[in-house]
Amino acid sequence: MFLGPSLAVSAVLFAIGTAGVLLRRNAIVIFMCVELMLNAVNLTFVAFAQRLGVSGQIFVFFVMAVAAAEAAVGLAVILAVYRHKETVDLQHINLLKG
Amino acid sequence: MSFLAIVYWAFAVFAVVAAGMCITRRNPLASALWLVQTLFALAVLFTILDAPFIGVLQVLVYAGAIMVLFLFVIMLLNIGRPGAGDLRGLVGAAVAAVLGAGVLFQLRALPRMAPPDAIQLPAGTVEALQRQQGVVGSVAAPLFETYLVPFEITSLLLLAAVVGAVVLAKRKL
Repeated sequence: MFLGPSLAVSAVLFAIGTAGVLLRRNAIVIFMCVELMLNAVNLTFVAFAQRLGVSGQIFVFFVMAVAAAEAAVGLAVILAVYRHKETVDLQHINLLKG
Repeated sequence: MSFLAIVYWAFAVFAVVAAGMCITRRNPLASALWLVQTLFALAVLFTILDAPFIGVLQVLVYAGAIMVLFLFVIMLLNIGRPGAGDLRGLVGAAVAAVLGAGVLFQLRALPRMAPPDAIQLPAGTVEALQRQQGVVGSVAAPLFETYLVPFEITSLLLLAAVVGAVVLAKRKL
């Protein structure tokens, strides 16, 4: 049920997430776009789980756990960078640029 | 069109619109709140797609815990005030649009994809399983049997994340 439409929505959401990562300069917003991409993939997993067994739903569970860990560590990194640079604008965080 | 299809499409369209609003709002706080809308809409889609427990988790963990963390950091850093915004210029927007469209073009085959019949379960298998074992039980049984080791490793991952977050965010240890 709704397999094709779900995969289409998932593809669109993933593309929007990609565009968001490229469009924004704020590190936190870029991070939220990554979460959006993770959610798009979750939708694919759930859509396929209807006909391929509940293992897909369990994988979504793991993706959520990894996303939570990633959010905690990533936001801590952003906090540390902000303390150092007083900004989260990626244009000003270019230490590796030489 | 059945009632379920109407609800499905309403929330699918809303999820996409809210995602679009999320990446185009200048204010990070507005972006975060639009992302919450997308996550809620996705929770509805999960519920329609025979995964009500995942839908509940989506609301609790994603919209509840993770987005509160995001909002907390946005407010802590005080970047939520209206200002010039952080969107890239015209060139950046064009690059983003082209590459986003490129990803969409590459994913165009995804909706047409169907797993081979040989590995598909008969229609209604998952539904029957949920009726037999309960919505939570049908996910919990394989999670604590087949996937027990990955589950335990996940707890290790979360422990590492907690320690890492404290170490990174603390001024002086």
